[in-house]
Amino acid sequence: MSASDGLVSSGEEPSAPALSADHLSKRFGGRVAFDDVTFEVGRGEVFGFLGPNGAGKTTTVRALGTLIQPTSGTATVAGIPLMPENGVEIRRRISVMPESPGLYLRHSVIENLECFAELYEIPDPAERVDRALRAMNLTDRGADACGTLSKGLRQRVALARALLNDPEVLFLDEPTSGLDPVAVREVHELIDGLRRQGVTIFLTTHRLEEAERLCDRVAILNTTLRTIGRPDELRDRLFTKTLSVRTAEPLPEPDRVFGGLAGVDGWRQDGPAGYLLAVSDTNLAAPAAVRALVAAGADVLSIAESRHSLEDVYLKLIDDDEAVRR
Amino acid sequence: MTRLSRRRVQAIFAKDLREFRRNRSLTAGMGIIPVLFSVQPLITVLTVSSAASTTLRHEHVLLYMLGIPALVPSLVAAYSIVGERQQGTLEPVLTTPIRRQELLLGKALAALVPSIVVAYLVFALFLACVGLFAAPSVASALIRVPDLIAQLVFTPLLAGWSIWTAMLISTWASDVRVAQQLAMVASLPSVAVIVLVALNVIPASLVTAAVAAAALLLLNRLGLRLVSATFDRERLITGTR
Repeated sequence: MSASDGLVSSGEEPSAPALSADHLSKRFGGRVAFDDVTFEVGRGEVFGFLGPNGAGKTTTVRALGTLIQPTSGTATVAGIPLMPENGVEIRRRISVMPESPGLYLRHSVIENLECFAELYEIPDPAERVDRALRAMNLTDRGADACGTLSKGLRQRVALARALLNDPEVLFLDEPTSGLDPVAVREVHELIDGLRRQGVTIFLTTHRLEEAERLCDRVAILNTTLRTIGRPDELRDRLFTKTLSVRTAEPLPEPDRVFGGLAGVDGWRQDGPAGYLLAVSDTNLAAPAAVRALVAAGADVLSIAESRHSLEDVYLKLIDDDEAVRR
Repeated sequence: MTRLSRRRVQAIFAKDLREFRRNRSLTAGMGIIPVLFSVQPLITVLTVSSAASTTLRHEHVLLYMLGIPALVPSLVAAYSIVGERQQGTLEPVLTTPIRRQELLLGKALAALVPSIVVAYLVFALFLACVGLFAAPSVASALIRVPDLIAQLVFTPLLAGWSIWTAMLISTWASDVRVAQQLAMVASLPSVAVIVLVALNVIPASLVTAAVAAAALLLLNRLGLRLVSATFDRERLITGTR
C-alpha cells in the first residue's frame, strides 16, 4: 500500500507509461462496446484515439476515467492500477473533458471553476482559478453566466476546468466537435501549449487532420483496436510509397525508362503523360528517375512523392472492416 | 467507512443552493406549496368565532403545517440527480475525486436547509397572524406548547425522510418532471398521517410522537446508505439498466 489513503499501488516507476491498457474489454449485456484493447501511452505524449461513431472511444475514456468498470482486462492510469478502490486517487491525478462541456449554465464562469477547484481540494482555489482563466484567455468573461457564452467559449471554460488540478493525464473527448474553424484553431493552440508543458493527452477525435496535426501517435478503434503507431508509420505500413511523374509528352517506351531503376519496384500509367512509380526508397528512386527521364529526352513537368493522408489510412481500415462484416 | 471530505460536501451544497435559487420553476414550487398549506388553515382560524374555539381544542390545526417539510424538499431533491443528468453536468462532477456519499450528502443538505428555513418561516408567520388577528380564545386554543415542540422536532425529520425518498427516485428517473411527480406521490403517505393526527383520528400522544420520531430517525439514518447503494455511476452515465 502506498502512503495515499487506501491506494493499491503498482510500484510505480518514473519511466512507467502514463497510461496503459492490457486486453481491456467492456460489454453492456450482449453488446460489445470495445474488446481486447491493448496500448501504452508515454508520459508527455499526445495520443490520438480515432474511430467511427459507436466504435467505443467514449466508453474507453469513461473506463480509463473510472466512470465505468471494464468487463475484463487490466489498465494503469497515471501509474495507478485501474481498480474500484483506486478510483478516487486516479481521479485526483487525471482530468476528463467530456464531449459536452457540462457547465452549470446559470452559474458564472468563475463559479463553475471555483466549484471544481473545491472538489479537487486545491490549496489556493482563487489563485488557481485565476491562473486557469488567464491560460484560456477568459479573464474578461469570468463574471459572465455560462449560458450566455458561445459554444467555443464554453469549450474553453471546460478546458480551463480540466486544467485546475494540473492533471498528469488529460482525456479530451472530441474537444473540437461542433466548433467553427476559428474556435477549432484556438483549441488546437491550447492543446499545443499543453503538449509543450509536458501534459500527457489522450485525445479522441473524428477529425483526422486534427489527429495528424496534434498527435505523436494514433490508434484506430473499431470496437477492437485496428492499428496503432505514428501517422507516418501507419501510412508506410498500409500503403506502398509512390512517386508521381508528369512529362510534357507521353514516353514512347516507359518500361525501358523505369524498368530496373534503383529503388523502383514497379510502375503504372496515370493519365496520358503521367506515371506512378511504386518505390521502396524515395531518396534513391527520385534522383534515379529524373536521370533516366532526362537521358530518355523527356521534358519533365513534375516529379513528386504521393503522400497518403491519415484519412486514407483510416478509411482503408474501416472499409476493410465493413467488407469483412458484409 | 472512508472519511468524507467536508470541503467537497460544502462545494456541492453551495453549488446546489445557488442552482436552486436561480431555477425559477424550483423557487416557484417552493413558494406555492407553503401557500397552499397555510392559506386555508389561516382563513379557517381567522374566521372562526370565539364560541367555536372549543372544537379547536380537540384538533391540532398547527400540525397541518408539517405538510410543508413533507412536500417542499421532495420537489427540490427529486431534481438534484436527474436534473444534473439532463443538463449533462453529472459526468464532469463524477470525474473529480468526489465520493458518492459526499455528493449525496451535499445534495441532501442543499435540499434540507432551504426547506427547513421555509417551513419554520411560514410557521412563524402563521403564528404571528393567529396571535395578531384571531380571537384571543381561538389563539389560546390553537397555540399549544406540545404542538409547537412537535412542529420544531418533526420539521427536519420529515424533511430528511422526504429528501432521501426523492433522491432515491431521482437516481432512477430519466426525466425531471416524472421524478418530481413520483416524489410528490411518495410524500403523500406522510401527509396523510399528518392530516389524520391533525384531525385527531390518530390520537396525538407523547407515545405516538416518540414512536414516530424514532422511526423517522432510523429511516433518515438508513436513507443515505440506501441511496448511496443505489447510486450507480455507470448506469447514471451510460443510461444502461
